[in-house]
Amino acid sequence: MAKAELMDFDEAIEKYEVVIGLEVHVELNTNTKMFCGCANEFGEQPNTNVCPVCLGLPGALPVVNGKAVEYSIAIGLALNCSIAGDGRFARKNYFYPDLSKNFQTSQYDEPIAYEGQLEVPVASGKVYNVAIERAHMEEDAGKLSHVGGVGRIQGAEYSLVDFNRAGVPLVEIVTKPIFDSGAEAPELASAYVRQIREIVKAMDVSDARMERGNVRCDANVSLRPKGQQRLGTRTETKNVNSLRSVENAVRYEIQRQAAILAAGDEITQETRHWHEDKKYTSAGRPKSDADDYRYFPEPDLVPVQPTEELIEEIRTRLPENPASRRARLQQEWSLSDNEFRDIVNSDLLDEVDSTVSLGVSAQSAKKWWTGEIARIANLEGKEITELSVTPEDVAEIEKMISAGKLNDRLAREALSGVIAGEGSVAEVVSARGLEVVSDDGALTAAVDKALAEQPDVLEKIRAGKEQAAGAIIGSVMKEMRGQADAGRVRELILERAKS
Amino acid sequence: MSGLHKKPSSELAQMLRSGEVTSVQLTELFLDRAEKLNPLTNSFLKINRQTALEQAKHADELIQAGKAPSVLTGVPIAVKDNLTTTDAITTAGSKILENYLPQYDSTVVSKLRAAAMPILGKTNLDEFAMGSSTEFSAYGPSKNPWDLERIPGGSGGGSSSAVSGFLAPIAIGSDTGGSIRFPAAATGSVGAKPTYGAVSRYGLIALASSLDQVGPVTNDVLDAALLQDVIAGHDPMDSTSLVDSLGQMADFASKTDVKGLRVGVIKQLASDGFQPGVKARFDESIQLLIDAGAEIVEVDCPSFEYAVSAYYLILPAEASSNLARFDAVRFGQRVLPEGNPTIERVMAATREAGFGPEVKRRIILGTYALSSGYYDAYYGSAQKVRTLIQQDFAKAFASADVLISPTAPTTAFKFGEKLDDPLAMYLNDVATIPANLAGIPGISVPNGLAENDLPSGLQILAAAQNDGVMYSAAAGIEKLQNDQWGKRMIDFAPELEVN
Amino acid sequence: MSEITPENVRHLASLARILVTDEEVEKLAKELDVIVESVAMVKGAVSDDTPATSHPIPMSNVYREDVVKPSLSQQQALSNAPDQADGKFKVNAILDEE
Repeated sequence: MAKAELMDFDEAIEKYEVVIGLEVHVELNTNTKMFCGCANEFGEQPNTNVCPVCLGLPGALPVVNGKAVEYSIAIGLALNCSIAGDGRFARKNYFYPDLSKNFQTSQYDEPIAYEGQLEVPVASGKVYNVAIERAHMEEDAGKLSHVGGVGRIQGAEYSLVDFNRAGVPLVEIVTKPIFDSGAEAPELASAYVRQIREIVKAMDVSDARMERGNVRCDANVSLRPKGQQRLGTRTETKNVNSLRSVENAVRYEIQRQAAILAAGDEITQETRHWHEDKKYTSAGRPKSDADDYRYFPEPDLVPVQPTEELIEEIRTRLPENPASRRARLQQEWSLSDNEFRDIVNSDLLDEVDSTVSLGVSAQSAKKWWTGEIARIANLEGKEITELSVTPEDVAEIEKMISAGKLNDRLAREALSGVIAGEGSVAEVVSARGLEVVSDDGALTAAVDKALAEQPDVLEKIRAGKEQAAGAIIGSVMKEMRGQADAGRVRELILERAKS
Repeated sequence: MSGLHKKPSSELAQMLRSGEVTSVQLTELFLDRAEKLNPLTNSFLKINRQTALEQAKHADELIQAGKAPSVLTGVPIAVKDNLTTTDAITTAGSKILENYLPQYDSTVVSKLRAAAMPILGKTNLDEFAMGSSTEFSAYGPSKNPWDLERIPGGSGGGSSSAVSGFLAPIAIGSDTGGSIRFPAAATGSVGAKPTYGAVSRYGLIALASSLDQVGPVTNDVLDAALLQDVIAGHDPMDSTSLVDSLGQMADFASKTDVKGLRVGVIKQLASDGFQPGVKARFDESIQLLIDAGAEIVEVDCPSFEYAVSAYYLILPAEASSNLARFDAVRFGQRVLPEGNPTIERVMAATREAGFGPEVKRRIILGTYALSSGYYDAYYGSAQKVRTLIQQDFAKAFASADVLISPTAPTTAFKFGEKLDDPLAMYLNDVATIPANLAGIPGISVPNGLAENDLPSGLQILAAAQNDGVMYSAAAGIEKLQNDQWGKRMIDFAPELEVN
Repeated sequence: MSEITPENVRHLASLARILVTDEEVEKLAKELDVIVESVAMVKGAVSDDTPATSHPIPMSNVYREDVVKPSLSQQQALSNAPDQADGKFKVNAILDEE
């Protein structure tokens, strides 16, 4: 499919007012599904975490997972929402082969949480107050795969359905339209999703991994000529699965719609799909009058009426709000905005925080996590959280460096051993024989040997050019297979040269 | 042991306990009768000789070991074919479920198994219990043992004809708007709809979730009470299942004194629209009650005028959604249209071929009642009428312990009589529907012979969760009737003979 | 005025995924029109402030513990499948060939 005509972004922002609205689906990490006791796990053998309820077999009935309700209330509270005293489930009726009952059990006009707001800072320093319309509970659908053609739904010969994901609990968070973000709209969209993700992760109500679909975003974008009251026609870009994609997809839609409007054409109200690889959105299903979901109260489930006590109890268990936590940590760690953003953008706030709380300096903790560890993760194509390295390991390495037992190179080697699964830091150091040689006798001998081999350098040092010692350090380190403290070697060189 | 087949289950149970008869003997007796007579009555869609006898053997072992788990242990039973059974095809009377062997047992069937009651087979019904005559069964109608040219009532005509023809001593039915009570009235037997939630709906193939309730079909009130005691009780798999026990119904059914009982006669169900014979028998019963010392009060339920209309909006709406799962993906028949059809066309063709005319009519009616722009006027108003009917009942039960009315306007009608007039068929349930809308218990007991020398029924209603009061009153009225007529109504039924 | 037109019926049948022939559409439209005309009386029975009843017996807060229970085996899950492949339910293509 050919890319659409795009208008230059700055020009688009100059001509049009951008209105965005975001729908974020958060998959809860309860043990079981929303309405049945099947394990909330998928991706393994197909159709093994299924039962009469989530398979929609005749006669089966749903029963609400109480934990999922508590998690949903927690999310609502974290988004400063009011919690409904009388919430209800409703059936959303439509036929689709991945929907086992051909209705989705969701919430309609009585969501569990409503009317909230979230402060979202962006790079410029501006803080947007995003109004939340509602957060409601619902269930996920099964997973379709398409066979034949190119493996896409278009041109497939047939499709296959795995219902392991059917009935997994979701909370859908819907913002009100956001009007005033202008050129910052794409960044705001991604910052908002990031913040939702941080919140649900901090509360441990979701695994919050976008790459696994734990957090999914649908982005609504519309434009209107500046000064126009009426909202423009919007598109809904579906399932944008990374923070970068959120930003890119919103930016793309702004540019695409601006080009269409500028040409005097009309925007089609439709869902669109983001293609991260080629950076464009393509048209999905047009919205039409045929979308009549015939919502009605789910007769098989009774109302959800959380007591004030329960709500207050959940409120007291809420962790610190991520925005204030970030502000607090940046100050405690005395990091510059840039340094701190490095950590946040790499999603390593928790790791660095834990490492610092084990006595490591913020600078060192940051250096390890955003440096060497991120490098290895990148090399192995993994998420940092998937590596078997803990804040404790990093603290241990730092301790050995301070004690002069490891130098930088050895420390990196110890780290790679830990990541390779060779055991604790101490075990790797001992097994690989990584400890720094601190025996002055051995070092002195090596220094003397190197000085003897390079008399010209010795002359320079003796003439007061101490920086020439670097060449000798290199030789000594080579001789010692790197297991020497470079600082001590330097001291010895100067001592011996002048003696 | 001649005449054994006509004995009530309570007596059969005593004989089993005293060793006069074994469960295997009884089960064989009823299997023989069922196999011989089913060609006449078409009560059973499936007779399970082998599994029934295995279960009977197991029951005998328990009885002999003095470990009978229930009063009714060893008494064989027939089960309506809209309750799932893992050892017998479950069709709900529909072609779309031809050959469907469920992967799980309904809770009611599990309870029958736990009570060691052998299951003789699965009984006929209008497709998905939509109908009042069994004429909408995809497997042909059941016949009334009193007159094989006439309907046995519906939707549970299979169970009512099995019990009144003595093909089974006792049976299970389900009642959404009268599907237990009208068949009982039409065949001179007893049928009770417990309070909504008293019996689990898990595994009952849903017609209308907020109206459906499983209950007993028997030849006397005590049997009905005994069977309700077996199948009732809280079920964590059904969110609408009552938590508290309503007590032992058999104890209530042994209290037959109606002296001082406040009996309300519903003004709206005591005048027009009833056959003269039906009305005359009803008036005679009122006199019997007065003579026995009951206090008769007239109660006014003005909203009952709207009950049938509200019912025929709520039921189709819920049914349209409940029946959406029959889509040829996970179970059931699949019909492939010509060419290379999409799954959407396969679903539509399957549902066209698999559903009968009444089911289609109601699905489309329900889709209409829920559709955007009509919801408030139809479904919404119907739900409000429901409130008004509950208010009428609340007022009535303030001045009466039980309410009575004829169960149905007519005795059993002939096949085809109402088949082409849906509205006439719907009006048949005018007296039974209000109880389902309000969730209250109702029972039909025989009320003498009326038009065409066929049995008529008397309905007794009690306030929600007062099933015990209902059973006491029903047992009292039954005794007055038996004393008046000299024997049980069912004993007037002609013997079924195979030519 | 007839409320249910053949056009309505076609739309509703398509929402409900039921294939209908032209003949059936005509018949259903007539039957449903009579029924709708009759049941429409509920509109006049209630007012805006009448509360709606969705559940006959008032209950609330019925929850399940978040404890995993045994699932069906894959074989059980698929035992009634009209068609299957690779442990999954097999269905015809979702989109028409274009």
